[in-house]
Amino acid sequence: MSETLTQLDIPEYPMDRDARCPFAPPPQVLDMGTAKPLSRVRIWDGSTPWLITGHEVARELFADSRVSVDDRREGFPHWNEHMLSTVYKRPRSVFTSDAEEHTRFRRMLSKPFTFKRVEGLRPAIQEVTDDCIDAILAGPQPADIVAKLALPVPTRVISEMLGVPYEDHEFFQHHANVGLARYATAEDGQKGAMSLAGYLIDLVKKKMEHPSEDAVSDLAERVNAGEINVKEAAQLGTGLLIAGHETTANMIGIGVLALLENPEQAALLRDSDDPKFIANAVEELMRYLSIIQNGQRRVAIEDIEIGGETIRAGEGIILDLAPANWDANAYPDPDKLDLTRDAGQQLGFGYGRHQCVGQQLARAELQIVFHTLLRRIPTLRLAVPFDEVPFKHDRLAYGVYELPVTW
Amino acid sequence: MKVTVDQDKCVSSGQCVLNAGEVFDQRDDDGVVMLLTVSPPAEQAENVRKAAAACPALAIDIEE
Repeated sequence: MSETLTQLDIPEYPMDRDARCPFAPPPQVLDMGTAKPLSRVRIWDGSTPWLITGHEVARELFADSRVSVDDRREGFPHWNEHMLSTVYKRPRSVFTSDAEEHTRFRRMLSKPFTFKRVEGLRPAIQEVTDDCIDAILAGPQPADIVAKLALPVPTRVISEMLGVPYEDHEFFQHHANVGLARYATAEDGQKGAMSLAGYLIDLVKKKMEHPSEDAVSDLAERVNAGEINVKEAAQLGTGLLIAGHETTANMIGIGVLALLENPEQAALLRDSDDPKFIANAVEELMRYLSIIQNGQRRVAIEDIEIGGETIRAGEGIILDLAPANWDANAYPDPDKLDLTRDAGQQLGFGYGRHQCVGQQLARAELQIVFHTLLRRIPTLRLAVPFDEVPFKHDRLAYGVYELPVTW
Repeated sequence: MKVTVDQDKCVSSGQCVLNAGEVFDQRDDDGVVMLLTVSPPAEQAENVRKAAAACPALAIDIEE
């Protein structure tokens, strides 16, 4: 095929979902995935990176050290104009560093998220969840699951872990969301990020003087020890805060909706007392919904032969979680939510060195919230027609803006 | 079965402890993997295989 023809055939990315199937990845992405595990797409700046849609190829590339997250490298497929225009203003972080530098950042963040530390948090997560459900049951109907449960549970949990006062949570929600809009202008995103970074810098400085048992104090201790500077500490803290509240909140909101739309599956989860079944149910919900849309961005630093194609050094790579999680080669009948299937290798948290730092916390929160909600309000149902539920088509993290329920 | 782990590769995901808590642990300070037993008993073998497959950093090696 000639170069000109190839150029004309390349589809624009990201693509739109089918409004009638709001849980499904965009149909065009699914079609591409059925044809090939990787193909070229055209993004907002006219460049044509590789889009990875196959489960196996995605796993391999996530784990390949020839694939970089360094967004200052030529060819990196930026999300939007804002991310490109601020690339030299943002200090290096766990999200944009490779190899040893990444390991150094990552290990500074890992202490509160070990499997055992998170297991120890379960009673506290249960208590926060029960408080929220008490308030729902005591309040008027319909109630909005997003405002009353999905946002407050992870916000309270991550804020306490980090040592951020709860009374600041509205400030955080607002500033965290501004910059994540799908086509955020450079100005919108910068304002939100600057406010958060400013707040976190003050908090790190406070904790350097008056440490307590929390993650920001851990970071402040590293600043005192000369391992990182205040700005780096604030950047790491901001990342945890945003990643820790918005993603889990979206997963709770849209996860509850998926369970309400699949009542026989919800019943299986409600009736189970088996921690392994409950754990796998959350993996399957993560597989089915893959809320991080528009792809994980990378750039090749060497030529890579994979899936019958050659990704050249300097070419952009977009690993799209949703089609990879709906790859029929990995999960037969991928469009069915089936809590009994083994969803252990789902890619909702990504894979490779940059896999979600907070995944064990997210798992514990999701396991507790879904199970407790179904148990405590077994007659829960949607209070509006399904097609009136507002979906977050325009956000990097997919979900629902509100979810009115009754019981 | 003989198990080895690479602490330099480890990214502290906790996937090993989630899948095979009898065989793996994490350091308190930074979550890096600690191997509790080099030769796990046969009834742990399947869990160890799952842990190795789930490890995002490919830091677990198994010799069957």
